[in-house]
Amino acid sequence: MTAITGTRPVRRTRISTTAIVYIVLLGAIALSAVLVAAAGKSFFSAGTLTSVLTLMSILGFVAIGQTLVIISGSLDLSVPYVVSTASIVGAGIMAQGAAGIVPGVAAALLVSAAIGAVNGLIVTKLRVHGFIATLGVGLIISGWLGTSFQGSFGSAPAEFRLLGATTIAGVPLSTIIMLVCAGLAALLLHRTSLGLHIYAVGGNAHVARLSGVRTHVPVVVSHILCSMLAGLAGLLLLARTSVGSPTIGSQGGYDLMSIAAVVLGGTLLAGGSGGVLGTIGGVAIFAVLDHTMGVLEVNPFFKDFLRGAVIIVAVALYAWRSVQRRPPRFHGKGKEA
Amino acid sequence: MSALAQQSPWQRFVAALGTPSGAVFVLLVVLLIAASIANPRFAEPDQLVRFLARTAPIAIAAIGQFFVIVSGEFDLSMGAVIAAQVVIAGNIIGQDEAMILPGIALMLLVGVMVGLLNGVLTTFAKVPSFIVTLGMMLALYGFVRFLTGGAATGNPVDSFREIGRGLLGDVLPYSVIILVVLAVAAWLLMRSPFGHTLLAVGDNAVAARLSGTRTAGVKISAFVLSSLAATVAGILLVGYAGVHPSIGTGYEFQAITAVVLGGAVLGGGRGWVLSAAAGAIALELLFTVLNQVGTDSTWRPSVQGIIIILAVALGAVAWRTARRPPSVSRTDAARDPDPIPTPTPTPGEQ
Amino acid sequence: MNPPADSGAVVLRATGIVQSFLGTAVLHGVDLELRKGEVHGLVGENGAGKSTLMKVLAGVHQPDHGSLELDGEPIAFTSPLQAQRAGIATVYQEFTLLVDRTIAENIWLGREPRRGPLVDRARMLRDTRELLETIGVPDLDPSLPVRQLSVAEQQVVEIAKAVSLDATVISMDEPTAALADHEVALLARIIAGLTDRGIAILYVSHRLREVFDLCTTITVLKDGALVGTWPAEELDERTLVRQMVGRELSAFFPDATPGTEPGEPMLELEGAGNDFVDDVSLTVRAGEIVGIAGLQGAGRTELLHGIFGADPFSRGTMRVAGRRFRPRSPRHAVRAGLALITEDRKTQGLSLNLTVLQNALGVVRAVFPSRTRAARDAMPSALAELELVARGLDQEVQFLSGGNQQKVVLARWLAVAPGVVLLDEPTRGIDVGAKFGVYEVMRRLAASGVAILMVSSELPEVLGMSDRILVMRDGRLAGELPSTSSEEDVLALATGADEEAAA
Repeated sequence: MTAITGTRPVRRTRISTTAIVYIVLLGAIALSAVLVAAAGKSFFSAGTLTSVLTLMSILGFVAIGQTLVIISGSLDLSVPYVVSTASIVGAGIMAQGAAGIVPGVAAALLVSAAIGAVNGLIVTKLRVHGFIATLGVGLIISGWLGTSFQGSFGSAPAEFRLLGATTIAGVPLSTIIMLVCAGLAALLLHRTSLGLHIYAVGGNAHVARLSGVRTHVPVVVSHILCSMLAGLAGLLLLARTSVGSPTIGSQGGYDLMSIAAVVLGGTLLAGGSGGVLGTIGGVAIFAVLDHTMGVLEVNPFFKDFLRGAVIIVAVALYAWRSVQRRPPRFHGKGKEA
Repeated sequence: MSALAQQSPWQRFVAALGTPSGAVFVLLVVLLIAASIANPRFAEPDQLVRFLARTAPIAIAAIGQFFVIVSGEFDLSMGAVIAAQVVIAGNIIGQDEAMILPGIALMLLVGVMVGLLNGVLTTFAKVPSFIVTLGMMLALYGFVRFLTGGAATGNPVDSFREIGRGLLGDVLPYSVIILVVLAVAAWLLMRSPFGHTLLAVGDNAVAARLSGTRTAGVKISAFVLSSLAATVAGILLVGYAGVHPSIGTGYEFQAITAVVLGGAVLGGGRGWVLSAAAGAIALELLFTVLNQVGTDSTWRPSVQGIIIILAVALGAVAWRTARRPPSVSRTDAARDPDPIPTPTPTPGEQ
Repeated sequence: MNPPADSGAVVLRATGIVQSFLGTAVLHGVDLELRKGEVHGLVGENGAGKSTLMKVLAGVHQPDHGSLELDGEPIAFTSPLQAQRAGIATVYQEFTLLVDRTIAENIWLGREPRRGPLVDRARMLRDTRELLETIGVPDLDPSLPVRQLSVAEQQVVEIAKAVSLDATVISMDEPTAALADHEVALLARIIAGLTDRGIAILYVSHRLREVFDLCTTITVLKDGALVGTWPAEELDERTLVRQMVGRELSAFFPDATPGTEPGEPMLELEGAGNDFVDDVSLTVRAGEIVGIAGLQGAGRTELLHGIFGADPFSRGTMRVAGRRFRPRSPRHAVRAGLALITEDRKTQGLSLNLTVLQNALGVVRAVFPSRTRAARDAMPSALAELELVARGLDQEVQFLSGGNQQKVVLARWLAVAPGVVLLDEPTRGIDVGAKFGVYEVMRRLAASGVAILMVSSELPEVLGMSDRILVMRDGRLAGELPSTSSEEDVLALATGADEEAAA
């Protein structure tokens, strides 16, 4: 690289955050293989692949949406309740049989989108931070769920359940759909104006406004998409469990786990940078660890403890990498003029 | 100089009620009246005291959360700390009376350690407190499940549970006494140099640092106070509800709601500690009133959700209008009540 | 190159611009004409109104009176975006770039080229590369994130963005303040390329040598009024400096309190340096007021922050009251009797949401909590002595005027009785009355044996208040001048216009 300034800063040679995520993923896989082999079992098998990919699918959907929202500078804590709502709405309509599949899916996604729109509008128009806005909306929905539904509700027809059971060459159909969604989200982020504006608004809303970007649109759209992806996760869970459940989302802890996966994937919580690819890596790391600990029958204590530790260490690492300082004017010691 | 004259106590009282942190007390009174109308028995002293005893743990948690929020951070690990402490109490103290004091000492120590870790990671490792305390929450809940296997286990001896459910002289619950003592202590702390410094750090950390404040130390202290408050809330809850791993679930968000309802501004620098406690009590009172008028208790989260959004949306705006000097109405002028205008330089001139 | 100033057609004409803030006029009817292909230097002292005029042209401020004409058509902007779209681009000192996005994405933000529903990235990169080539920096990779660019390169991106907007006028605010010499040469090359394309450049700078190197026409502002516009070849640096200075004293400076004599050295630096300043040696004695002058970015604030432990020195020695002491943090410095009144009250000095009393006791409470009660009891009279005007001690400081806010800042430091007081632009943004108050406090402190080091961009203030003047340039001390020096001497030393003037 030629230099306008004479010297290239050293940091240019640093590898990207996404690369680090995948190096960590490889490390996690290697560590898992060693541990599993030490326990006298085989890690590299088709079963492992299917298991890890299945573990990835649900969290994957939610984390993709969460990535969009976080890049736009907001946050979504309402996702678990959207997941539950989608499963309830879908199951309620599909209870009539196969004819209910299409309207069921459509209704579930519509309701999810509406929730996302409310989130986005509270964040942009009422200027409530995403953390509080979506916490509040999540609580509101959870009250409705808790009041209106005790136990499971509705059912999914056999045709719909296939969605959760089918694998293609060992890859679960649900994971394929998730990866397609990831691809579409990446396309949105990198190849559309809207996507670039999501980054712009999350990075610096003032600069975006000065460049003529309508700053509310990207935030609202990413909230809508995030909720719809959470809705897809809910529908997928419905296909697996065959009944709608008002608590399935909160049991999964998808709010915090999705944020953790996004952050682990190298997206800054403050917004404006990061991407879907890193998030998928983050989700995969969690899935590999989960799978391995499941195989090794590790106590849930250690599982959760490890998750917590991984999150904090990852963020500390990224925070340390991105520390911003003014470039020094003078270097070295004892320079006498 | 006359310009520095203090307002009369009455003027200050009325002005204070106009701020969000003051308004929560008005809300408290209104809800109290509403509850008494819906159920006249509620206004009887023994009922009120019992109500207060029930709200003591969340009010104490809110006081702890207040310190963290006012310093500009969040503590999401509070519920998990409560759960962990409850489980420690069940396992360490058990049926052995002699273990009560060592048990409490251990719980306080754990509380301090958790707070220290939260604070150090937030300030020195520069990890957002949201993530630090979230990680802490996951780790602690894992720890709790490890000890309990997910079910109610261990039951501390009755004399320990008396702290949470017992009465002094058959009238006054210990929990209310503890709440009052802690509230007074918190109030005094916020009036101490530490309290003012905490507010200054939350308001403008750069300015605080350039004034010689140990900003990291101050924030770490806030996290320790929060964890200790959660510990006390846990001790009280054992008395009430026994040992169950899900016991603290949702306390962190309820505490944040209470603090926000008490007028504290997220991001730091504004709020009164007693208003946070009042916010917690008002929230419980609101649930009570809704219960009295026949609303299903399952709607509690929805009510909480609406309140937290409204409180945050209105709070920031309300502080500005409430504290703005009354005689000046225009926005520009309100920032400059000084009769002498500012001639040089222009806002943008360097 | 360098066509006579009257050869190009007038692109932008500003006539009789009056701009007031809070009822005080900052620009009093300024006229300015920019011609096609000229580099028009806009110079003047701090507070002369340069930035304000630039912001009027950029649509940031809407002038109270006066008119703008672009290519002969009257125009009025209500937003920066409008001005940009009309072809008036502005490169501010604070860049308006997204640091995590690439050069190409930044340049085309809000105007991304598309093919169908998708952004045409290939074209975006190609266009950016062409753009960078046309302005003469073909080596810059358009897919680099801005975060990885040097300040000079970021400036190039801002300029490229302006060119991509088909700007006919580009204003630059102190573009070289943060650049090294070879980067300045690059900027000069780029600017020459722009003028060849017929773009008019408005060049705001303090560095007179550059102004002469680059500009074809020079306009001088003083106290918000137009002094005049000349072709550059009709001026030399000395004449230009003479046009800029000699403004009326905006305040009267109190004389030193009788009996104030320089005492023992309170603050001594020998070869002190950190990342931002280098090889600074100075001595401030008890009772002395030493002024530090210099241009924007000369490292004056950084020097104070080094002394105060906010950016600790990494080399050299420092002594406070004769004892070796190198503060590790501001707290460490405060405990040793140092005080720093920061340049920016709002972001670095005060807790705006807290009350007068809370702010005034801030330092005592943070560093010497045991002295709080005594300080609190003394505070009402201390504030009264500073003639603070507020509705009460419990009024929030955000509602005070700049002058009264500064009095609160002074009060919080006086409460800890410091031995060395560092003042950074102590009278910036405050009214004449309050300025006088600040000067009196400084005199009083000096009389009581406090050592004072004052950074100021207001030359009359430096000359009127200091016993000695240190001038900084490019992170180093350029020399020392007696208080009897003229504004021209100081400016010459600060700009490097007169190398032999260095002491």
